[in-house]
Amino acid sequence: MKKIIVPLGPDHPLFEEPEFFILHCDGENVVDVEWQAGYNHRGIEKISETKHWDQVTFLVERICGICSNSHPVAYANAVENLLGIDIPERAKYIRTIISEMERLHSHLLWAGLAGHFLGYNTVFMWVWKYREPLLDMMEMLTGNRNNYSMIKIGGVRRDINDEQIKALRKTLDTLKTQNEMLTKVVLDDPVLQARLVNVGVLTKKDIKDYGAVGPVARASGVDIDVRRDNPYAAYSFIDWKVITRENGDVFDKAVVRLLECFESIKIIQQCLDRIENKKGEILNEVKEIPPGEGIGRHEALRGEVFHYVRSDGTSSPIRHKIRAPSYVNVPTFKKSCIGQTISDVAIILAGVDPCYCCTERVSVYDANTRKKKNVTWTEIVRKSQEKTKKLKKS
Amino acid sequence: MKLNVLLKENLGNMVKKFEEPADKRIYITIDRNNLLKCAEIIFKNLDARYVIASGIHNENNFEMLYHFSFDKDGVIVSLRVYLDKEKPEVESLVSLIPGIEYIERETWEFFGIKFLNNPNLKHFLLPEDWPEGDYPVRKK
Repeated sequence: MKKIIVPLGPDHPLFEEPEFFILHCDGENVVDVEWQAGYNHRGIEKISETKHWDQVTFLVERICGICSNSHPVAYANAVENLLGIDIPERAKYIRTIISEMERLHSHLLWAGLAGHFLGYNTVFMWVWKYREPLLDMMEMLTGNRNNYSMIKIGGVRRDINDEQIKALRKTLDTLKTQNEMLTKVVLDDPVLQARLVNVGVLTKKDIKDYGAVGPVARASGVDIDVRRDNPYAAYSFIDWKVITRENGDVFDKAVVRLLECFESIKIIQQCLDRIENKKGEILNEVKEIPPGEGIGRHEALRGEVFHYVRSDGTSSPIRHKIRAPSYVNVPTFKKSCIGQTISDVAIILAGVDPCYCCTERVSVYDANTRKKKNVTWTEIVRKSQEKTKKLKKS
Repeated sequence: MKLNVLLKENLGNMVKKFEEPADKRIYITIDRNNLLKCAEIIFKNLDARYVIASGIHNENNFEMLYHFSFDKDGVIVSLRVYLDKEKPEVESLVSLIPGIEYIERETWEFFGIKFLNNPNLKHFLLPEDWPEGDYPVRKK
């Protein structure tokens, strides 16, 4: 049998992120897949060994723009585990609010992209419109749309006031109605069902073999969630449930994510109830990190984030191991892609919501010549500088 | 039965050191020759979830930590093995846990720890033409 090799990458076919899949195909069908990564490896674990314990919080925030609260929470959990300390109650609620806001905006981002990949650009436009006010809220609460810098070892860096709580409640109410409509549309659409049901199925055994986590595991009926299993922040004080589905296909992964949005809204609303009209400490000052080792986990939007730190009593970690959820979720392609057609591989790979890191180039469309071209980062910087020059002259 | 008792009972005299430095965190030091056996008991018999493995470069030796999660108890169990400074080698767990392939490849290229019987021990994050014997995460 003669096999055809189809390369997917090194720019991701969907997210425009650098990674490389090599598909071995027999006609339209995929018979084997290889994965090559590292196009944007920045050596953050090694850099961490050269930074102060407090600086590492901001370093890990930059692992991923979408999970920029998840890594600091897991890291702070790890260091607090090493220290054996607890954080103030108000800080716990604030950590929970920011984490769930992040989950909401990321799940919506994914839903929009998934719509776009399938040719449903209306879904893409609508969902991203719904997501925008969330980012505005993030800016209001933290000062930034991404890279929030809210977490500190021992608590959080900023408090939330009653005015902000009011604005947040209003946004969440609107979002809930919009999400209800969206969920109904997605669940009832016969074409979406035809594209997603029984596509890229992962069984419970596949999940165990590859250690997959988060919505990917929960869509296959594996009932795991660090927020419930090993509670941290305020998750044990609040009434919420873990969403699971049984079939393990891309459709179930979408359903899990959409339904989790409702749970996130519920969690944030309860947190707001508990901190409204109250005042309290938000930080337990930490002066020294003694020798020892600690493990911290956080249920990020894509699944469990795992941080291991070891201290020798100096001002930097001597080892910092980070495992992002995509590290265990992406390799499930070995099971989900094989036997499927090339046209479905795109959405299957997107189904695990893979996260690499950002590109260094963008593709632009020239309206005059009607041609696409690649622009380097230097060129963008140059254009930006030219614009400033022009403005200065006029 | 409590998880720590269950683990001690199942692993028996393969346990060299049993530590519980914090709530829901267990570290078990074992001999590297018993790794596959212990991992099989934890992953298969006791049905734990594979989380990740981390390599550590110490002053006098190398260390591998294999983290497993017992989700019903919310406990992380880490198996600790120490490896020789001059010739760091340990049995691969790929035959038991297919998903562990990538972290073994990563640890091999970054620390130079060799995983015996891993059929696909080639570069994963570093380029193919990375100079042999140059392990970037080792301490200088």
